[in-house]
Amino acid sequence: MEYVSLDIIVCLKRVPDTETRVRFSDGATAIEPEGVKYIVSPYDEFALEAALRTTEAGEEGQVTVMTLGNEDSQETLRVALAAGADQAVLLRVQGSVTMDGLATAKALAAELETREDQLVLFGVKAADDDQQQVGPMVATLLGRPCASNVTSFEVNGGVIRCNRGVEGGTEVVEMDLPAVVTLTKGAFELRYPSLKGIMAAKRKPLDVKDADLPASRLVVQRLDYPPERAEGRILGEGAEAVPELVRLLRDEANVL
Amino acid sequence: MGEVLAIAEQKDGKIRPVANEVVTAAAVLAKGLGGSAHALVLGGTGVGERAGDLGNFGAEVVHVAEDPALESCVPEIYAAVIAEAVGSRGYAAVLFSATSLGKDLAPRVAALIDAPLASDVTRLEIESGRPVAVRPVYGGKALARIGFETSPAVLSLRPNAFGTNGSRAAGRTEPFTPVIPDAVGTRIVDFQAAETGSVDVAEAGIIVSGGRGMKGPEHWHLLEELRDALGPGTALGASRAVVDAGWRSHGEQVGQTGKTVAPKLYFAVGISGAVQHLAGMRTSQTIVAINKDPDAPIFALADYGIVGDAFEILPRLSAEISALRSEG
Ligand SMILES: Cc1cc2nc3c(=O)[nH]c(=O)nc-3n(C[C@H](O)[C@H](O)[C@H](O)COP(=O)(O)OP(=O)(O)OC[C@H]3O[C@@H](n4cnc5c(N)ncnc54)[C@H](O)[C@@H]3O)c2cc1C
Ligand SMILES: Nc1ncnc2c1ncn2[C@@H]1O[C@H](COP(=O)(O)O)[C@@H](O)[C@H]1O
Repeated sequence: MEYVSLDIIVCLKRVPDTETRVRFSDGATAIEPEGVKYIVSPYDEFALEAALRTTEAGEEGQVTVMTLGNEDSQETLRVALAAGADQAVLLRVQGSVTMDGLATAKALAAELETREDQLVLFGVKAADDDQQQVGPMVATLLGRPCASNVTSFEVNGGVIRCNRGVEGGTEVVEMDLPAVVTLTKGAFELRYPSLKGIMAAKRKPLDVKDADLPASRLVVQRLDYPPERAEGRILGEGAEAVPELVRLLRDEANVL
Repeated sequence: MGEVLAIAEQKDGKIRPVANEVVTAAAVLAKGLGGSAHALVLGGTGVGERAGDLGNFGAEVVHVAEDPALESCVPEIYAAVIAEAVGSRGYAAVLFSATSLGKDLAPRVAALIDAPLASDVTRLEIESGRPVAVRPVYGGKALARIGFETSPAVLSLRPNAFGTNGSRAAGRTEPFTPVIPDAVGTRIVDFQAAETGSVDVAEAGIIVSGGRGMKGPEHWHLLEELRDALGPGTALGASRAVVDAGWRSHGEQVGQTGKTVAPKLYFAVGISGAVQHLAGMRTSQTIVAINKDPDAPIFALADYGIVGDAFEILPRLSAEISALRSEG
């Protein structure tokens, strides 16, 4: 591989642990925060690992992590610093970020525009709102090329070559830097932070700026629990139960 | 002012089933809003030939952007063309399919036309003359009901969550001649087709998923036989444990860090039913679980369950379904 040296910024989001039991009251528009454990959104971890490996292969390249969120998001940024990111930026909001991905994208793009990173990495989707939109929106706002749903990539002198999952297979695309990539699961499982990394993280720079977050134009009117599925039935044990299953699939569920 | 535009996907000049679905949903929404449904098809030369068929699903006008530059989907170009077609025509809503393609294009178009986007919507309603979207959040552990402050509302619809209704007359096609941006920074250099199956798990009507209980990739022929017995439109899926073990590719993974699916029939074979797996498949219409552990959490979600050894149950199941299908 050719020598690479480039600065990468990873946008990551603080989200409830995927194991969390979400709770909310009748008519609520947000979940109850009590008892919720927060993590770096899983796909954003892939993006961070991709950034770390890319800069490790070169020299001088800096990895910055950035999040738009409240004061508590500092903790999430420290996790990323412990894993190896060099510096962090918190775009601080009062209150909370909203489901309007375009508003989030505008706030992130405004900051990215002032920076020189050649590569901006995102997770393909955040594990709370599951919107799958912020990355390509930021790219569009910045007028930069973007490859989404990428499983692996390689940077070679000003050009990034990505493998991306599409219907029926893998598409290979090349883009000129600066570019935007959204990561899905692939080759980049995030490393565990070392004790040294955790200690070092405390001293790494974490810049806090007030975000310019436009008002949300998507209004969450209400959250509901998903409808209870009708009580399932165990039809029996072993292959003996197969004829009854096939009959029910045909006559009751009408799916065969 | 109740016009709705559906972005209709095609592949190799053929209208895709997801396009029929998104046009059907557009027609229902447009009717409720007192307007009509339009469709937009983009593609290379000849793509317009079958486009009028979308009229059967309720598109009054099918706009056809036919240009050699649209032969394959370069996202910047497609997004620019769609944004131009939306223009300032006053659409109340613009609907995409939440496929790999739609999930890539919808946010770009939303940014270009400066309209907020609700992704992966599973239900559409109308309230006070405006569209309201219902979409799963937190991996399906909650449903958010969402209104739009501005118009158009941009939405992507989860495949198979809406269904099709195709009984009407052919629609009128109208050529649309867009400005094609020439300098874009993305080049498609290769496409590698996945080795198994032609239907993507995210769009399949029936899914046969295997988990760690299948013990190893060498046993996947049992699931392939069931898939083949169920006929075309059936795809294989997998749990993350199976993908992490390298038995199957990530393209087949169902769940929070895989695909989100809503088929009419989902088989979970040797899958325990961890929350992150359920996140990807809980909106399936009918769920069948086969697991040797009667306490496996998957049984709590399944409509029908069989407790037992998959290796014994699968061959019989494939045989019985084959027999049923050959009876017609
Ligand atoms: C952040 C995060 C994201 C995740 N994302 C996903 C995701 O997208 N998708 C996903 O699937 N998981 C995901 N997981 C992993 C998830 O938590 C589970 O570990 C995983 O789903 C388990 O896979 P499994 O059911 O195949 O394996 P297991 O949990 O090991 O279950 C195997 C099952 O097979 C049964 N079995 C064994 N032998 C037989 C037999 N002969 N016949 C019948 N049954 C048998 C057993 O009783 C058992 O129930 C995620 C986890 C995390 C932390
Ligand atoms: N508040 C945020 N701060 C930083 N990055 C974000 C934020 N929200 C979303 N992102 C990034 O955008 C990706 C997609 O998010 P979404 O479109 O909300 O599913 C995430 O995986 C993050 O990389």
